[in-house]
Amino acid sequence: MEVSVTVNGVARSADVEPRTLLVHYLRDVLALTGTNVGCDTSSCGACTVLVDGRSAKSCTLLAAQVDGADVTTIEGLAGADGLHPMQQAFHECHALQCGYCTPGMVMAAVSLTDEYDDLDAAGVREGLEGNLCRCTGYQNIVAAVLAAGE
Amino acid sequence: MTETPFTGGIVGESRLRREDPALLTGEAKFIDDLQIPGALWLACVRSPHAHARITAIDASAALGIDGVVAVYSGDDLADAWAAPLPCAWPVTDDMKNPAHHPVAQGKANYAGDIVAVVVAESRYAAADGLEGVVVDYEPLDAVVTIEDAESDRVVIHEDCGTNVSYEWPLVPDPDAVEAAFADAAHHVTETFVHQRLIPTAMEPRGVAAVPAPHNGNITLYSSTQIPHILKVMAAITLGLPEQKVRVIAPSVGGGFGCKLNVYAEEIICMALAQRHGVPVRWTEGRTEASGSTIQGRAQRQTIELAADADGKLTAVRATLLADMGAYLQLVAPGVPLLGAFLYHGLYDVPVYSFTCKSVFTNLTPTDAYRGAGRPEATYAIERAMDALAVAVGVGPDEIRSRNFIPTEKFPYDSPAGLVFDSGNYQPTLDRAKELVDWDGRRAEQVDRRAAGSTTHLGIGISSYVEMCGLAPSRTLAALNYGAGGWESATVRILPTCKVQVVTGVTPHGQGHETCWSMIVADQLGIDPDDVEVLHSDTAISPLGMDTYGSRSLAVGGTAIWMATEQVIEKARAIAAHMLEANADDLEFAGGNFTVKGSPEKEVPLAGVAFGAFTAHDLPEGMEPNLQAQVTFDPSNFVFPFGTHIAVVEVDEATGAVELLDYAAVDDCGNQINPLIVEGQLHGGIVQGVAQALWEDASYDADGQCRAANLADYLVPSAAECIDMKLDYTVTPSPSNPMGVKGIGEAGTIASTPAVMNAVVDALRPMGITDITMPASPMTVRRAIEVATGGAS
Repeated sequence: MEVSVTVNGVARSADVEPRTLLVHYLRDVLALTGTNVGCDTSSCGACTVLVDGRSAKSCTLLAAQVDGADVTTIEGLAGADGLHPMQQAFHECHALQCGYCTPGMVMAAVSLTDEYDDLDAAGVREGLEGNLCRCTGYQNIVAAVLAAGE
Repeated sequence: MTETPFTGGIVGESRLRREDPALLTGEAKFIDDLQIPGALWLACVRSPHAHARITAIDASAALGIDGVVAVYSGDDLADAWAAPLPCAWPVTDDMKNPAHHPVAQGKANYAGDIVAVVVAESRYAAADGLEGVVVDYEPLDAVVTIEDAESDRVVIHEDCGTNVSYEWPLVPDPDAVEAAFADAAHHVTETFVHQRLIPTAMEPRGVAAVPAPHNGNITLYSSTQIPHILKVMAAITLGLPEQKVRVIAPSVGGGFGCKLNVYAEEIICMALAQRHGVPVRWTEGRTEASGSTIQGRAQRQTIELAADADGKLTAVRATLLADMGAYLQLVAPGVPLLGAFLYHGLYDVPVYSFTCKSVFTNLTPTDAYRGAGRPEATYAIERAMDALAVAVGVGPDEIRSRNFIPTEKFPYDSPAGLVFDSGNYQPTLDRAKELVDWDGRRAEQVDRRAAGSTTHLGIGISSYVEMCGLAPSRTLAALNYGAGGWESATVRILPTCKVQVVTGVTPHGQGHETCWSMIVADQLGIDPDDVEVLHSDTAISPLGMDTYGSRSLAVGGTAIWMATEQVIEKARAIAAHMLEANADDLEFAGGNFTVKGSPEKEVPLAGVAFGAFTAHDLPEGMEPNLQAQVTFDPSNFVFPFGTHIAVVEVDEATGAVELLDYAAVDDCGNQINPLIVEGQLHGGIVQGVAQALWEDASYDADGQCRAANLADYLVPSAAECIDMKLDYTVTPSPSNPMGVKGIGEAGTIASTPAVMNAVVDALRPMGITDITMPASPMTVRRAIEVATGGAS
């Protein structure tokens, strides 16, 4: 079936199997491999992207479900003037180590800070509950999200 | 004691990582990101039974599925292997090591054992193919517990004749042990269980084997910690000429030991890539990983302490039962040995005894998981020290202070036969107590108890020392390990004075590129951005022993430091020639060679580098170019140490444990980049806390994992974690020129007993002396009900 999605501001279209997951549409069809897969139970959040501006786990959506939607992946975050403030904050706070959870974590954090104005540390911890990191112990991730929100 | 050799002002600064931009933007390429034209996808048919005879395999339905190319059983591929999957650590000469074939032949020995493989044109078609392979099994009784395994009720590997793989004793003086316990004023005996853990690197494993059928080369891409070891082992296992095998680890999304192995899928993809003449690839699913990737811990330990009336230790005796799982993976038998020397912790103990028995079960194989043996040893002694404190009637801080190895005894000849390089333990305990307001918390605990509060405060100490920087090759030989512990580095100054560092250690999140560039830049007096670090590809970095055991800096970094020193010495000779001076009269600082006393006579390193490249006017007999290759074999392990203190609150009504505060004071000698040290500790501490409170790869009586995916296996999220308070002392190691020790595993080693000592401390007034890990609400609540006769 034909699935048309605006990805990172560019209209894309492809004929895919109806069962194709959004994450595989992004990775295997569009070759946008920044969005990672870390589990098969919608638990880890490595695959988080923005669908119409809100975070979504792209392993839990069919590509067909986002037909006509606007999707932003990690590749669409940095602009001509450099890293997105959230990416920059992750860098400056040492909020990543192996980096595998990072694209999903950053996208979830962007969505979280867009949605809430006055996040404190507890709010960030609660808001990122659906994104797992095995390297950092989260301390610097929380610091980065708070720093980016300032 | 070694002071820092660095004068360039770069080492010791918290420098942001150069690795970050690629990882933050999706530019970094992990194994599944690689675009490989024409690749076939592998999917593995895994036994659903923990123990079963394979009586028939019918692939006809699978072969009729669109996109499925081939299906192979273990018998089909029996001639593809020149040797079984390797175990490189035969710890005893009579160790039982059953043949472990990449695809099982005749019998499946754990749920997850590969019994057939599907090759298809896409990942979806390969998954479809799995559904079409019909396997008939004759289920057999499964051996699930260590005790059942030890009984030999069911012998898993008939040709071994027993489930016991090996017994390994370290008892330097048996008579002294008996005498010490006979004379002891206090004799503490504690038994602890380390549950199975799933390492859970966030990136699942993946493999892509790319053949070159006409010249016989094959390149293996793998999400591995050990491309160098894997290259040798893959060549042996497949009977390939080693020079034809190239292994590349692309960006690797965490390891924690679970990518320190030679796995069936790696060997299968290589064999099938050669058979089909096209690339074959596989990416692990997370649920699949519970049966395809090694698990950690899984030990039962008994520790006995003998002490005099004042609580001064006179002997430690530890006995261990370790679950190897269904087969021996790469270094699994050696994991208990890595802890075997440390069951007396950082305490001055004259008499020591350790024995270990390792058994097979019908469960996923175990192997090294962050800390590998040392978390288990530290847990045993630190939990037991709290019990001794109670027996003696002193505080847990006081019992430790009475027993710390005195600073003046370093280098310390340990009762297990090691030489601890350097240590100064008391300051770490003092500082950790300050950070958690020890006296204030103790007062609060008393107040709560007096007020009859049902939310109990617990404060737990864990002081640790660990041995890392694996390892002196001669020591490894004494332990029957199948390889050495050296590391290789090449430092090369290019014509334009930019630098290439080639290292044999293999990063997977540690920030090696940033740190190694800092070391070299500091030595050479140049900008770290002018230093490129190359790694993780056996064609670029042909010599290496890879990354595990907190060895990358202490061994690999030392090789880099030494190679850079050699380059400087060669440059000095060239500079002396250029300046018409004696090499001994030259000073090198800030990237310039100057003649002592005549600072106007100088030549910059850039000038020397270009001169070495053009080779127009070199000293007689000197080779062109500035390059040095060093292989460093350490003379000793390094011994980081520290004290961690956890403060928890236990809700009597629900059994819930909440972490309120956590302080860590660690000493890893000189620090190259404090930012990296902090990050390693944060992540390591949480990983150890997770063993104490949440994670549990438990199996049912049939050998089925009850927490096989991330919905059931409780890797902590940000919501369960807290901000930790870190501080450091600095006691350089005399064992290497940089005075460094490892820090990659310290957090995990220290934190589990700190938290469990805190949980038990909270509940001790009820008569509770142990809680089985993880201290889940149900486990804690049940313990309270048992202790209070259900009255609570």
